Amino acid sequence: MNLKLGTKQIRTPLTDDVVKSLRTGDAVEITGLIYTARDLAHKRLTDSLEKGESLPFNIIGAVVYYVGPSPAKPGRVIGSCGPTTSYRMDVYTPSLLEAGLKGMIGKGNRSPAVIEALKKYCGVYFAAVGGAAALLSQRVRAARVIAYEDLGPEALQELQVENFPVIVVNDCYGGDLYQEGVKEYKREG
Amino acid sequence: MRAIPFAEIRDTVARLCVEANCILGDDVIGAFKKGLEIEESPTGKEILSQLLENQEIARKEMMPICQDTGWAVVWVEIGSDVRVAGGELTSAIQAGVAKGYTEGYLRKSIVADPLRRKNTGNNTPAIIYTDIVPGDKLKIIVQPKGGGSENMSEVKMLSAADGALGIKRFVIERVERSQANPCPPVIVGVGIGGTFEKCAMLAKKALLREIGSTHPDPFYAEMEKELLDEINKLGIGPQGLGGRVTALAVFIEAFSCHIATMPCAVNINCHAQRHKSAIL
Repeated sequence: MNLKLGTKQIRTPLTDDVVKSLRTGDAVEITGLIYTARDLAHKRLTDSLEKGESLPFNIIGAVVYYVGPSPAKPGRVIGSCGPTTSYRMDVYTPSLLEAGLKGMIGKGNRSPAVIEALKKYCGVYFAAVGGAAALLSQRVRAARVIAYEDLGPEALQELQVENFPVIVVNDCYGGDLYQEGVKEYKREG
Repeated sequence: MRAIPFAEIRDTVARLCVEANCILGDDVIGAFKKGLEIEESPTGKEILSQLLENQEIARKEMMPICQDTGWAVVWVEIGSDVRVAGGELTSAIQAGVAKGYTEGYLRKSIVADPLRRKNTGNNTPAIIYTDIVPGDKLKIIVQPKGGGSENMSEVKMLSAADGALGIKRFVIERVERSQANPCPPVIVGVGIGGTFEKCAMLAKKALLREIGSTHPDPFYAEMEKELLDEINKLGIGPQGLGGRVTALAVFIEAFSCHIATMPCAVNINCHAQRHKSAIL
């Protein structure tokens, strides 16, 4: 696995053309609005989709970040905000992609069903560095809760990010950086 | 009997919660630096550099190293000549966790019930393990434990016939299956022996060891070294993106066993191995 030279700059919301230009292993910086959602928020989002209700944000071209930030100190925009593990959201992901979601930021492997859905609906899965949460908080310019406030740290927030650093793990062509990377460094015996 | 005021215990626990979450131990920082020298993957090197920078920001700003500020696991050694003035020990610890997580801007990650999942709002209850020891001191260790790496942990009831080889296979296989999920490079806590629940507790307790320390029993010191070498051949690397540095340490805690059993527990910790202690 080689990180391609140079970092790609992208803006949200994402278009099909932007998603198609991204390849597994690309270093990317995201600028624009993204939406935080983890376990319980995902359940509510997909429940709303099933009932035909509108979502708290425009999902067309949207990027969702799997994170439950720590509280902001006074005078700060946000607390520490690194990614949480993604597989717990796998069960909800295909229906969100079908509804128009384009990108997800998290950490860890996705299910075969999610990887298929990324190909089918032209989406992309990014990894941010898990546990680099204080560092990542510096790339968040604004944050506000837009739904599910009762969930506390799991509330749905709109984040305005600038040059938010991620790596493309699963592109829309079926690539998987986790598999490629580990294969390259595995030693037998 | 020596009396320690309730408020002193509460405030100490609160302080330890904040410090454990914001100030990474020198042993872990040293392991990151050593990892940077060993790591061959450019991505892996970049990630380790970011983790070093991250802990510097966290320390300077007194903000959490990771947004998952964990379940507060509190280990207490209470001298048999100590009593708590103005309350009792468990309440003082719970009050300290609530205070630390609220006033310290730490995330509240605990839901009251596993199925109904309503957040308790102050990160209590803490998990408290108490030992009564001789003397008139009170030792408190606060170990915030993240959920992502906890999810990759497991207990297995092996047989005596499985031997050291069976233990090693189980530990390595558990780390390999975890891949990127527990935020590698990880610290691997291994409990061997005891009952089912004692074994799991031993694995958690093992995570309190200082990275770089050697097991006092040469037999287990050798096993720790072998396991670390094997795990670092898996290729998982920092954040599971491929590389040499998959684990920073393997720590074993062994205990006596029933003649019919040989349980083994693996408790995985992310790279943010956090714990702080105080003696009152």
